[in-house]
Parts: sequence; C-alpha cells; structure tokens
Amino acid sequence: MKESLNVFSTDSPGYLRLSSIVGAENILSRPEDLIPYGFDGTAALKESAVCVVLPRTADVVAGVIRFAAAEKIPVVTRGSGTGLSGGSVPVKGGIVLCLVHLNRILEVDPANLTMLCESGVITKAVDDAALPHGLFYPPDPGSMKISTIGGNVANNSGGLRGLKYGVTRDYVMGIEVVLPSGETAWLGSKCVKDVAGYSMKDLFIGSEGTLGVITKVLLKLVPRPKARRTLLASFDTMEAAARTVSKIIEKQIIPCTLEFLDRKTCKSVEAYAKVGLPTEAAAVVLMETDGHASVVEEEAAAMAVIARENGAISVEQAADEAHAVRLATARRSAFSALARIRPTTILEDVTVPRSRLVDIVSFVEEVAIRHRLDIATFGHFGDGNVHPTILTDETDHEEMERVHEALSEIVDKTIALGGTITGEHGVGLAKKAFLPRQFDEASYSLLKQVKRAIDPQGLLNPGKIFDLDGADS
Amino acid sequence: MSDPVTTRPLKHMGDLDYSVVQQCMHCGMCLPSCPTYLETRQERNSPRGRIALMRAIADGDLEVTREFGEEMYYCLGCLACTTACPAGVDYPQLFEHARAEIEHQGVLFTPGRRFWRWLTLRQIFAKPWMLHAIGRMLWFYQASGLCALVRKSGLLRLLPEYLRNLEPSTPAVRRHFSAELIAELESPNFRKSRVGMLTGCVQDLTFSEVNRDTVEVLLANGCEVITPRDQGCCGSLHAHNGDLDQAVIQAKRIMDQFDLDSLDAIITNAAGCGSHLKHFSNLLKHDPDYADKAVIWDGKVRDISEWLVSIGFRKPEGNSISQKVTYHEACHLCHGQGISRQPREVLRAIPGLDLVELENATHCCGSAGVYNITQPEQAAKLQKEKIACIQRTGATLVATANPGCHLQIQNGIGSMAEVKHPVSLLAEAYRAERSSVSVE
Repeated sequence: MKESLNVFSTDSPGYLRLSSIVGAENILSRPEDLIPYGFDGTAALKESAVCVVLPRTADVVAGVIRFAAAEKIPVVTRGSGTGLSGGSVPVKGGIVLCLVHLNRILEVDPANLTMLCESGVITKAVDDAALPHGLFYPPDPGSMKISTIGGNVANNSGGLRGLKYGVTRDYVMGIEVVLPSGETAWLGSKCVKDVAGYSMKDLFIGSEGTLGVITKVLLKLVPRPKARRTLLASFDTMEAAARTVSKIIEKQIIPCTLEFLDRKTCKSVEAYAKVGLPTEAAAVVLMETDGHASVVEEEAAAMAVIARENGAISVEQAADEAHAVRLATARRSAFSALARIRPTTILEDVTVPRSRLVDIVSFVEEVAIRHRLDIATFGHFGDGNVHPTILTDETDHEEMERVHEALSEIVDKTIALGGTITGEHGVGLAKKAFLPRQFDEASYSLLKQVKRAIDPQGLLNPGKIFDLDGADS
Repeated sequence: MSDPVTTRPLKHMGDLDYSVVQQCMHCGMCLPSCPTYLETRQERNSPRGRIALMRAIADGDLEVTREFGEEMYYCLGCLACTTACPAGVDYPQLFEHARAEIEHQGVLFTPGRRFWRWLTLRQIFAKPWMLHAIGRMLWFYQASGLCALVRKSGLLRLLPEYLRNLEPSTPAVRRHFSAELIAELESPNFRKSRVGMLTGCVQDLTFSEVNRDTVEVLLANGCEVITPRDQGCCGSLHAHNGDLDQAVIQAKRIMDQFDLDSLDAIITNAAGCGSHLKHFSNLLKHDPDYADKAVIWDGKVRDISEWLVSIGFRKPEGNSISQKVTYHEACHLCHGQGISRQPREVLRAIPGLDLVELENATHCCGSAGVYNITQPEQAAKLQKEKIACIQRTGATLVATANPGCHLQIQNGIGSMAEVKHPVSLLAEAYRAERSSVSVE
C-alpha cells in the first residue's frame, strides 16, 4: 500500500489502547475504510486520517478524547460528512471521531416543547419525531435527510426557513459536550429564561468542532404551522427578482421562505427533479408562507401582487401540499444538481444585508464575465444569503487560478457591502484565508484566545477556521 | 493486514472516462437511499464511498485489492443511489466497470469461484441450448417427485450449508418454455404496430406464462408480435457480474435476432433485463459494426408497462379480480429505468382490483440478481423488511415486474399472498372479459 495513506498498524501500542476503549470492531484503519472518510461535501479538499473511530456512547467519546489528549493526537469530529466548508475533512495524522451511531432520541417533552437527543440523530428524524406531537423543528439545511443534528449545531446550520424561523442556534437550549480534557460538561437548561453565568452553549454552537465534542442536544420545538402556501414567481432579470424580495421585506411581510434560483440552477434542478420549474426565465423566486390559514392567504396574495408590480412574468401557486414539498425538496438539491454541468462545483456562501442584494447579485454576474467563468447563483434571498456556485474543473490549473481570483473579489465586495463571508456553511478550511479580511485584529485574536483557553493542546479540529501559529502566541 | 495486491494495468476501469468518477461531488445525498450504508453506517458501504475508492484507484492512490472487490460485491447494484443523486452520476457504468476490473485482476480468485463463474456465465447463461437442457432436468427433478424424495432422504445434507439453505427457494421450472407457448409470429385482428418480444432467460424457464400473458396483452392492443426462437440471456447477468466481454457477445447475439427496421418497439417484461437492454450503445460504443445499430436498439427497447401506457392500452371491462393488490417496484424498473407510474396505471385500469400503496415500495427486496446467493445474510434482512411492509398493507396480491423480485417475495411471503406480474393481471382481466362475453 502507498505510504501516504499512513495506516494505523493494528499491533501498535496506540491502536491496542484505543481498541480497549472503543472495541476493535469500532475502529477502521485499512485504506479501503479510510479513503471514504477523507472528505466532506466540499469540492477539492481531501486528507487521510490514521483511523476512524465509531463510538456507540457518550462515555466512549470521552474515553477517546482522554486517549487523544494523553497521546497528543488531533481529533476531527464528524457526523454524516455533508459539510460545505471542509470543516470535517481529516487532519493528517489525526483520528476521525464519527458520531453517526449516537443516534437515539432520548425524550420528547410536549409539556415544555423540547426534545433531547444524541448528536448523531439525523436532522429530518428530529422533525419526524416532533410531528406526532403537533410540533415542528424548523431548521432545514439542504442535507437534512442525512445531516446529523450535532453537525448542524457545530456549524450553526441554516436552511430554507431562516427568514421567519432563524437558524439552528435559535433552537438549541442545551448541549452536553466533551471538553478537550475529556471531561463532560452540560451547558444550558430547559428554562426559557436562563442567565446563569456566561452563555457557554452559544460558544460551542458554530465552533466547528474546535472547542469540544457535542454528544447530546436539547432542542426547542415550536407548534406546527396549520397552513402553508407556496408560490413560484418567474422574472426576466435577476435584478427584478432581487427587487421583489427586498420589497416584500420592506412591506414587513416575513414569509418562511424566499428562495432564489437563476436560469442555470433551474435547468439543472429541473433535469434532476422534474417538478415543473420554469427553465427559460432568468430568475425564479420560490416563496412560502406558513401559519394560520387566514394570515397565510393574505400574505400569499400580497406577495403575488408585489411580485407582479416588480416585473414578474408569471406567479404560480403550488397545486397542493405534495407539490409544495416537492418544490422545496428540489430547491434543496440545487447545489448537487449543478454538478451536472461541470466536473467541479465550488459553492460560495456570502451574505449581505438584505437591502444590498441587488448589488451583490449584479457584482457576481460581472465577475463571471470578467473572469470568463461559469457561475450559477441561487440562495436564500430572504436572508441576504447567496450561493454563487462556480462550475469549473479542478484539473484545469489555469481556470482554477481565475476561480480563486473571482472568489477573492466576491469576498471583498461582500465585506465592503457590510456582509459576511459565510452565512451558514462555516469557515472550515474553505474560507479560512478570507476570515482575517472580515475580522478586525482584536476580534480575530479573540477567537484564538478562546481556542487556547479551552483547548490548550490544540487537539480538536486543528487548522480549521484559523491557524494557531507560533507568531500569534 | 496487507492484502495481496496485483500490479496489472487497469483494463476496464481504465476504459472509463475520468469525468464519470469526477461527476460525484460527494454531497452525501445518496447515503439515506443506500441499503448497505443504512445497515452499517460506514462510508465505504455507501455509493459515494465506493466511488471514492474507484477514484483513488484511478488516481493511483489505491490498488484493486481484495477488500475493494468484496466491497463492490457487497453493493446490491439496486441503483437507488441513481434516483437519489442530484448530480446525475452514472453509477451503473461505474459499478459494472469496477466489477469487471475486479474479475480482470482476479483479486477474489478461488478455484471454486472460478468454476462456478465459468459454469454459469460462460456456459449455462451463454448458451441457450444448455440453459434449456438444465431447465428440462430441473423440471424433471421437481415434477417427477424426485425432488421430494431427495428432500426426504436427507441427501441434501451432503451439500454445503449455503447451497442447502438455497435449495427450497429454487424456482419451480415450467413444463413449457416460451417457444412452446408463443408462435414466432402472432397477429392481432387489427394491426396498429409491430413489436419484437424478448423472452429472457430466467423468465423463459420459470415464468414462461408471464411471457405468454405479455403476448396476449400486446395482441389485445393491436400489436403484431415477433418472438425469435432460442434468444438466450441478454447479457445483463454478465454485465452486472463483472463479465463485460461476454456481455458484449450476448448483446450482439440478441440484436442479430431482430430486424430492427421492421419493428416499432422491442418489448421486455423483466426489469433487470430492461435496464441493461436500454444501454447497449454504451456497451458497444467502440464496436465499428454494432455501435450505430445499438443506438437505434436502445431507442426501441420498452418495458411492457411503459409501452402499454404510451400506446394508450385498452381498459378491460367487467369486474374480474376483486382483490387488494400492492405494488413492489423492482429496482431496475424504478431506479434503473425511471418507470414508476406506468405499472400502477396498468393495475388501476383493472376493474375490481384495489391498489394500496406499499410503504418503501422502491426499497430493494434483497433479490438483486444473484445477491441472495452471494450475500444471503444481507439479502434475508431486506427480504424480511419487504415482507413486513407487504403484510401491513393487508394485500392478498403483490404485483411486481421482475423475476428475481417475484421469487424473492413469493419465497418470503409463502401462502399469505400471491405474487403476479402486472401484465399477467391485465391478461387475466382480458380473458375474464372474453369468457363473460361468450357466456352471454
């Protein structure tokens, strides 16, 4: 076997100690086992771990962390590996701690509207378990059918319903977390109000596995909306679509979803999902409102009027609930469906204040022309969160140089517009280089101070978000 | 720890366009659709994991090892991932080339395995006369009472355990094969179109009446039916099991038996065959004599339900079958050919039949070609799940359009329900209609 794959030999003392903690059957170390754990959902990022560990309980997770701390071996935690920033790509010479077997829902508490579950539970399973109680878990990242709730919390994932319902953070009431020392901490409570001490759970939400390993999550649930209306508006310019979205918000209508897809995205999604998306319009906006039936009717009618006033070519209503679900599901597949066009699909996640949507969308169009690149754009327009997706080929080095130039320019423009380099995918490896452009010196250094205070050995997901180099210490 | 590795150059995977592998952007959308991933929750047992291994081989980071070979044979080839994949990865092509490479490199070699592969792929399923001879012997064994005698005698204990466990599920071979039930040319009263009829290999021996039913339904809808004699296997079995060289021979042989220009369509009623038959152009793209013909061929192959719906088949009258039926979607029909709606339309057209939807109808039943022979444990788990879902429907009839699924489900459900091809139910309804007319 090639040396670079760095096989963790099964008779080494380290392996034997680790297997006494997790059981040999829960350690993978052969190249055929490791290669499929070398990546997440991000293009062109790949690294090989020494082994993958699949614990079955939180106690075993703590044991693995104590082992890693004693042996000074870095640990990368992952769930289903659907991240979009390289956050769960292995670290060379490190262990991958995969939590998919921690998949029990421990309690649904309808009296307090909460759910307690292990971190490896699939996101959709959380909402499915809430359903029989008439409850709802709103955050719905694109990969919800397979992403784990622990991964969502660690990345503070968003989704299609962010506009009205917010993001994962808004639903986390408590977490159990294994600290880099191997101790287990419980942070948060079932109380709606809780100001005891620092809001420590919030530090771990979105920390991308760099501060601790989340093993349990206490989630807030909300009443399931009684009614829902889905509209599909087509436009012949992207600007008209962006303007419609800004106007809807300006009129103080807050639907749960205002999704935008350009022509290229519509064509790719339609080729896969066949749900009747218009493929000739320059832009399509998927609008969804939910809540009480009368309010829903009113909002749907108002949005249709605003769309027409702002140049919509057509406004259609989903035939029924099943069609509405198919439309939303199709939209969730947008990123993957775009992979039909070119071999490599590089996804951006920039977010701007909503009033600046038109600026960023037209800037991306201009960049694509200037750098001779194929860029499709879709995103959560209601949140100001756009996903310009560069369709390219990683083996074409000349083109990849232009890709990097374009990305850099999009990032600079975003920051100039008062935006952020990532709205929901996280920094991970993919956006690490851009972070210092957004943060001033004091806030960038604060990140590192927090990291050093909690993980002094730098063992948890090192090299993600930022580098802890000697020069800063 | 280290597997025996070979250093032979890639033959079959080398033929693959690298862009087919690159098409997978490892987003993970395939994971929840994959029966083996759901069983183990390990990435190598998932579609994107398997593709990652193929890519590592193509990149020179991994040799074709025994572990890789075992992984590719743990894959059911159910193609549920292709339905789930937004990026449109051509997994069937990757799967077939990977298995062919595994055979080419010989990483799974044992003398016994080589013998069985030679006997089945290169003899029995390569030569129609031999398949028929074996079929005759099996029929005699089963019909003569010899089978019961052998079972009673305890002779079966001499067989290895896995064969012994399989013996009771050996399909009952029919007394009459397709050629005895179907004339080479059968004409309807008023001809609207002209079609070729594929009789299959397993279908021909164990479900020849489904072939007869197919022809009757075609005749009832104005199709003249040409059924060439001694068709043999279309090569689907070979392609799915890593013998692409023989698959090419089988494909050419079967194409030679049909006069394509004179036919509006070529009809198959077995899902596993259909999903292979529609991709001959890919298999034969480098063959100067067959490449063009294969493109025309692919364009004419139709599953029977697909064809019936496209020509607007006639709905039978009367109230012939008052039963509750549920529909199991054969993987190679729904995932392999994207055909889900049409078989249901056929079932709904039958008066008296009450179609109830089956939970997880598109999940594999574990038959998966010869998977229930090569991976009996995983196959049995899937069979059990499928049967439990069927039982919850309360149906007494299960409709499915593939011989492998048919046998797997009938073996699992026993006498609680009867398994039928949708076209057989339609044929039955037409027959009932005719007899009620003649009685009146």
